[in-house]
Amino acid sequence: MTTETAVSHVVSSAQSRTAATQLDKSETPQWHNIKAPDARTTRTATVSVPAGRRELAAFLRNPNALFGLVFLSLMALVALIAPIVFPGDPLGMVGKPFLWPGQDAAFPLGTDSMGRNVLAGLFHGARISLFVGLTATALGLGVGITVGSLAGYFGGWVDDVLVRIIEIFQTLPNFVLLVVLVAIAQPSATTVSVAIAIVSWPMVARLTRAEFRAIREKDYVVAARSLGFRHPRIILKEILPNALPPLIVTASVMVATAILMESALSFMGLGDPNVVSWGSMIGNGRELIRTAWYLTFLPGLAIVFTVLALNLIGDGLNDALNPRFSEERS
Amino acid sequence: MSALLRILRTLRRTLLQAVPTILGIIILNFFLLQLAPGDAADVMAGEAGSATVESMQALRERFGLDNPVLVQLANYLGNLAQLSLGFSPRYGMPVTELIGQRLPGTLTLMAMALAIAILIGLTLGSLMAAFSGRLPDRLLSIFALLFYSVPGFWIGLMLIVLFSVTLGWLPSGGAGTIGSSYTGFAAVIDKARYMVLPATSLALFYVAIYARLTRAAMLEVKNQDFVRTAYAKGLSPVVVTVKHVLRNALIPITTMAGMHVGGMLGGAVVVETVYSWPGLGRLAFEAVMGRDYTVLLGILLLSSILVILANALVDIAQAWLDPRIGEQK
Repeated sequence: MTTETAVSHVVSSAQSRTAATQLDKSETPQWHNIKAPDARTTRTATVSVPAGRRELAAFLRNPNALFGLVFLSLMALVALIAPIVFPGDPLGMVGKPFLWPGQDAAFPLGTDSMGRNVLAGLFHGARISLFVGLTATALGLGVGITVGSLAGYFGGWVDDVLVRIIEIFQTLPNFVLLVVLVAIAQPSATTVSVAIAIVSWPMVARLTRAEFRAIREKDYVVAARSLGFRHPRIILKEILPNALPPLIVTASVMVATAILMESALSFMGLGDPNVVSWGSMIGNGRELIRTAWYLTFLPGLAIVFTVLALNLIGDGLNDALNPRFSEERS
Repeated sequence: MSALLRILRTLRRTLLQAVPTILGIIILNFFLLQLAPGDAADVMAGEAGSATVESMQALRERFGLDNPVLVQLANYLGNLAQLSLGFSPRYGMPVTELIGQRLPGTLTLMAMALAIAILIGLTLGSLMAAFSGRLPDRLLSIFALLFYSVPGFWIGLMLIVLFSVTLGWLPSGGAGTIGSSYTGFAAVIDKARYMVLPATSLALFYVAIYARLTRAAMLEVKNQDFVRTAYAKGLSPVVVTVKHVLRNALIPITTMAGMHVGGMLGGAVVVETVYSWPGLGRLAFEAVMGRDYTVLLGILLLSSILVILANALVDIAQAWLDPRIGEQK
């Protein structure tokens, strides 16, 4: 590999840029014009990047964030053990209908109009909520960061075109577009996730673009460019890590928003009809609100606390990653 | 340079920027319509319960559904140029007219929700900033975060349980007492009674946003020199807070309020189905259930135009407020 690189350097200097793709191995461009050996070692000396230990400590000292983290972990655990604790279909009829919470020890949170176990529904609902929240966020972040970094890094016509596209998607009212998308692509957990990702990526793209535009002109990026590093490396290794803090905060809020959107969709009967979700439980209990309000109250509580936990985490991350503001807060 | 000229220049720039966005949205809209499974003829045949191949063909011809896609796009654009969003076979009336009937309901609901959100948000935010770091601030912060996390439809249902079912103070749905003959003030009161709960459910999320925004903005303004000067002049804390701090903190809040129009429209879709409020949102829901994609996409298009208009209004308001915006570079 190294001989090949060397040969290509000798053959033509123009090709040295293609050889730079292989740099990832040695991490340094092998240039002939740098004669002083010290210069190279100093230049490439690994700078130890603090692995965010201060931020982590600040995050863990925040009681609100800690509460959020604990509650979310609990929810994740609930989602994981749901099929073990409540095997069988949570949509199946298991008991007498309209048992109030505490009325029957076998059904601690009661049963609904069809005799379905509410607690089993809540457990299985955690699965779908977290699945949709995480999948939609991952997809949205992927698309948003890609588009935003390309627009922000390259500028020029690429930026113009991408900004236009972002603007179109930002102008369309999110939830209305979401309803249209889900109505067109038949609802399932996957299509709902994809649809939520489609409506949420523009925000990420905007944020990433702004960060990239700000960082693009920083000295270390200019230095990397003047050393002949290629665009992918500058984008991925120089700019992206420094653009991450606001994106991390956004991600936690995105999961919260995605969970809210999914619940609203399934409340309106536009969710996956084959799985139980907190939103659909509320939708089913809605007609019985005068007689059995616990059927809408309990799943709603699950949504509120999960989303609250995520927002607390987001706040905690924001304080930890932007220490400038945290002084004012405390 | 006169303020008017500045505003006109901002207006022109905003409109020019909006043109490609609207075109993009229209084309996206059209292709979404094409992607929808089944067409209007299928829906009508399904509703009628019986249809022959010939009658389906006749229906498709009548609505121009048998043309190639590009011809249909040209027709769609041609119709839009005449402000026609197509014809809803299901409701038997033009989509524009249908939307026109429902739009005022949604707009009043949104306006009331926005008013509630800004009013309560500003109050909470000011309180939080005044007690920054102390117990009231912490408690209110948690409340704000709670409002931020509550799904609007759920709080709507809980409000119904409390105020309509248990206390019996407010109606649980609809837009006015049916068959009532209220006039003048009584009619307004009647309308307001039906609007309080839906508007509150819609507003709660934004209350949280405005409260946090106000708090941050006020804390920032608080340390500025002109505030210190105001105190030095011997003004009372209340006067300083209202006249100097709050006033300057209002600028970022108005910006955000303009940006929330799209989000509020989306929230209205859900809240309107909870309270059977006769607005665009309910129409959208009915259109989804009836597979009436012409109506659905008409709503999408119209609500996007509403968002663009709101943004233009914010731009103009800012050009008016801040002399630095809209200057020639």
